[in-house]
Amino acid sequence: MKLIFEKSITGRRGVKPPQSDVPSSTVLDKKLLREKPAPLPELSELDAVRHFTELSRRNFGIDTNFYPLGSCTMKYNPKVTELVASSPNFTSLHPLLPQIPAGDKLTQGALQVLYETDLLLREITGMAAFSMQPMAGAHGELTGIMIISAYHKAKGNVKDTILIPDGAHGTNPASASIGGYHVKTIPSDENGYMDMDALKEALHDHVAGLMLTCPDTLGIFNPRIKEICDLVHSVDGLVYYDGANLNAIVGKARPGDFGFDIVHLNLHKTFATPHGAGGPGSGPVGVVQKLVDFLPVSVVVKKKDGTFALEYSRPKTIGYIAPFYGNFAIILRAYAYILMLGRIGLERVSENAVLNANYIREKLKPYYDLPYAQLCKHECVFSASRQNQYGVHALDIAKGLIDAGFHPPTIYFPLIVKEALMIEPTETESKETMDAFVDAMIEIAKLAETEPEKLKAAPLTSPAGRLDETSAARNPNLAYLD
Amino acid sequence: MFPKECRYAETHEWARPEKETNIVTVGITGFAVEQLGDIVYLELPKVGAKVQKGSSLGMVESVKATSELYAPVSGEVAEVNSDISNNLEIFKSDPYGKAWLLKIKASDKKELDSLMDAETYEKQLEGH
Amino acid sequence: MPFIANTDQQRKEMLAELGLTMEGLFADIPKQLRCKPLNLPQALSEQQLREHMTALGAKNSTGLTYFLGGGFYDHFIPAAVDAITSRSEFYTAYTPYQPEISQGTLQAIYEYQSAICRLTEMEVANASLYDGGTAIYEAVTMAIQVTGRNKVIIDDSVNPIYRVMLESYTRNLKIDHERTQNTDGLINHKQICSDIDEHTAAVVVQNPNFFGFADDFTDIAHAAHEKGALLIVSCYPVSLGIFKTPGSMGADIVTGEGQSLGLPLSFGGPYLGIIASREKYVRKMPGRLVGQTTDNRGQRGFVLTLQTREQHIRRDKATSNICTNESLCALRALVYLTLLGKEGLRETAQLCADKAAYAFKRLTAIPSVKPRFNSKNFFNEFVVELPKPTGQIIPKMLEQGIAAGFPLSKYYKNMENSLLVAVTEKNTKQQIDKLAQTLEACL
Repeated sequence: MKLIFEKSITGRRGVKPPQSDVPSSTVLDKKLLREKPAPLPELSELDAVRHFTELSRRNFGIDTNFYPLGSCTMKYNPKVTELVASSPNFTSLHPLLPQIPAGDKLTQGALQVLYETDLLLREITGMAAFSMQPMAGAHGELTGIMIISAYHKAKGNVKDTILIPDGAHGTNPASASIGGYHVKTIPSDENGYMDMDALKEALHDHVAGLMLTCPDTLGIFNPRIKEICDLVHSVDGLVYYDGANLNAIVGKARPGDFGFDIVHLNLHKTFATPHGAGGPGSGPVGVVQKLVDFLPVSVVVKKKDGTFALEYSRPKTIGYIAPFYGNFAIILRAYAYILMLGRIGLERVSENAVLNANYIREKLKPYYDLPYAQLCKHECVFSASRQNQYGVHALDIAKGLIDAGFHPPTIYFPLIVKEALMIEPTETESKETMDAFVDAMIEIAKLAETEPEKLKAAPLTSPAGRLDETSAARNPNLAYLD
Repeated sequence: MFPKECRYAETHEWARPEKETNIVTVGITGFAVEQLGDIVYLELPKVGAKVQKGSSLGMVESVKATSELYAPVSGEVAEVNSDISNNLEIFKSDPYGKAWLLKIKASDKKELDSLMDAETYEKQLEGH
Repeated sequence: MPFIANTDQQRKEMLAELGLTMEGLFADIPKQLRCKPLNLPQALSEQQLREHMTALGAKNSTGLTYFLGGGFYDHFIPAAVDAITSRSEFYTAYTPYQPEISQGTLQAIYEYQSAICRLTEMEVANASLYDGGTAIYEAVTMAIQVTGRNKVIIDDSVNPIYRVMLESYTRNLKIDHERTQNTDGLINHKQICSDIDEHTAAVVVQNPNFFGFADDFTDIAHAAHEKGALLIVSCYPVSLGIFKTPGSMGADIVTGEGQSLGLPLSFGGPYLGIIASREKYVRKMPGRLVGQTTDNRGQRGFVLTLQTREQHIRRDKATSNICTNESLCALRALVYLTLLGKEGLRETAQLCADKAAYAFKRLTAIPSVKPRFNSKNFFNEFVVELPKPTGQIIPKMLEQGIAAGFPLSKYYKNMENSLLVAVTEKNTKQQIDKLAQTLEACL
């Protein structure tokens, strides 16, 4: 398929701006102007639309078929939230409006959305206050690390280390490191739980905090979670909750009740906002009362007369994390989603998510190695080790699934499981879809034994075959320039 | 399995001293190459750079991972393999020969004694 | 239950197969850690939700004529941008980690990277960052990693919001900020060139700057390179329809806010962080990169590449912690740039410049309204000095349905009467005339 630039024909026009209704300006110094216009493509609107339509047909979304990516929560993105978020009453609002005199009167609806979403998320997580500014989960993590730093600095604590379990998502150590901390890894024991002895040994006065997700990246809930939080508190450390796995416990349990001090949520996971093929997301951060003063500004407040306004005067704030109030259009979608589900709907989310994951776990147990045998929550982790004896790896199983019409699960994560296959069905999938997926996985297990070369050759039916990642990295070609 | 004339670091570098001079040739072991997968890029020090045993010399980047390269001995970088970047496939076929990365003029050849010999390195890998 | 497919009957069957009850599925959570039923409002049906959101939306103003910019602009968005990016194969997809079934996303990002390089005349661009402010922070981090130095020179003609963000992000890092001040709305070239020394990692400038002025930073690029420092230019993409590019000036890293490329204002986000650099810095560039390659069928294809710099592999040694970026927003920008094309972007930029010049003329023709600065080399934004504080005038203008501009006193000293007025191709001559008439009446 050609690139858009390869379809360009000199002189072709797509969408034309209107004719000017003012005199042309000759004031600009010619030395400041570019000599030639930017070599952007020249296509008719129809050719452009066909190009992008063709591209979309080479893609795979949740709307296409089952997408069981572990730790990503690929649940259905409701169309109604797309509709309400597209209203010009929200999309046309300039973010500076509430910052200019008398401007906040004109954005009361938007400010109300931000304010109410904060309250809803507090109730769902058991935290005292949220900032909606972080624009992604990892961004929320960095914000959390900055809050941890500010807390310790204010208390005069000398802290230089963040503890992170060995199964953690890469953004955790990356965020801690970028925040200026040294990272110490805590191993898991043979049952997949955090090694408590290793934790106790690692906890010294210089530990600023612990970053954790719960259930963990194996999909396992650690019943000693409160004890872990208490231990970290005993050295005046703070415990950070990576909210990526909230779908497992939403409506049933709250990180605030476990003892977590800081929480980030992934609205594009638990709260059904679309992944957008890699973004935009939204990663609001919630904190316990003792950390509220450190949250980023501005903050949306409700005045005595019931109107909403922005407040900036928080002397201990960590500052601006985003240019404005966060990814508002994403927050709006999550807000709408929460309102549609209500209390009972959210409880049903975790119930069905956990039931679906355990159902798949039970069905696939005979065919794939299951490193940890206990009840899982919203995701289960298998290993392709059994298939290794035939020369088949997790990668080949993934490619085989593509030919079966499914999106593969997450592979090679978490790192603590060799040849990991992490499956998260989510609550929006039906029994028939999951049965079809299980059948495909069983078929692949058989093929691994009897015809492994078929899996090695997969995928055959996808828009592209296996791609040469080595030469892409050896001779990077990152742009098509004339 | 591993060349006997080399010494081996825990971080999977090999070091081969020349008999007469203080020059020590450095590369990464076949085990490292196997773990890394296809190597795509190298970041190596400049000639003349002073290095300390155990300090970072540069990086070896593969499709799967980027690994730090650590100095097995202290000294000064005497020579850097200028051909290898155009010939990264060589790691698979000749990791101890043509895929040498750099030569260090060692300040103290005795530092090699604390590295592992071929047999010990091989034994130690059995844990992996 | 909305969005849940399985019926009670099916759940019963599944639980029976597992030999568990629904309560049993949560037995691993200690009873004392279970929460009470959440205190949340009753669920709304789709119909009720839509009514509720319509009512909320009605509490926002509509129909305001915008002359408000400050880095974020009300540009025209062609209908096909929404139509294309509403295709669910784009927006319900995940990050393209399985390239064989993500060629749509991957090729689109490759084309976006290419378009940004062509626009800015830089050699490589990434797949997007969160916004123009975090892009500056990431660029500064890149410069620090490349040079091994820790001093950053940044001028106050760079967007104040971005400067506050940079300070917030770098508060705990040992970075030495040198803050220079504008001279008559422009960068003091002589001062900056002489301030660059062997401790300087980067100089950060903006073009057009926050006051709307375009400038040429070739001399600063030279001065920086002579001392081994990098030049970072934060740009306004639409302006590059007519203005000299940061690439041709010698910039090492270019950042920018892509909101003006087909993204609605959306009350603050999502936006689009642009970053591009010279090829030699590509391995220090944060975020995702898409590269061209071939597949095992001999076809051209695209993959995420140089991923080992990223968090999911390099972890605590990553170049940045970014994971989710603004992929769909980058797609919008690509579609926008494609639909407008080479001539369309140039014409749009020219319209902005012409209409701003016209607005400037009309406003400064009002006897009590003066230009704040001397230069006439502004793109689509300029500063006028009113006879009264902007705090008094702006509300009156809003009552007339006009967002007249941004009060610079919010970020700058001695600018209580200074108004930053923005004009885009959407502003008609009638609207500009009405702006001038209404302003004169309000003074």
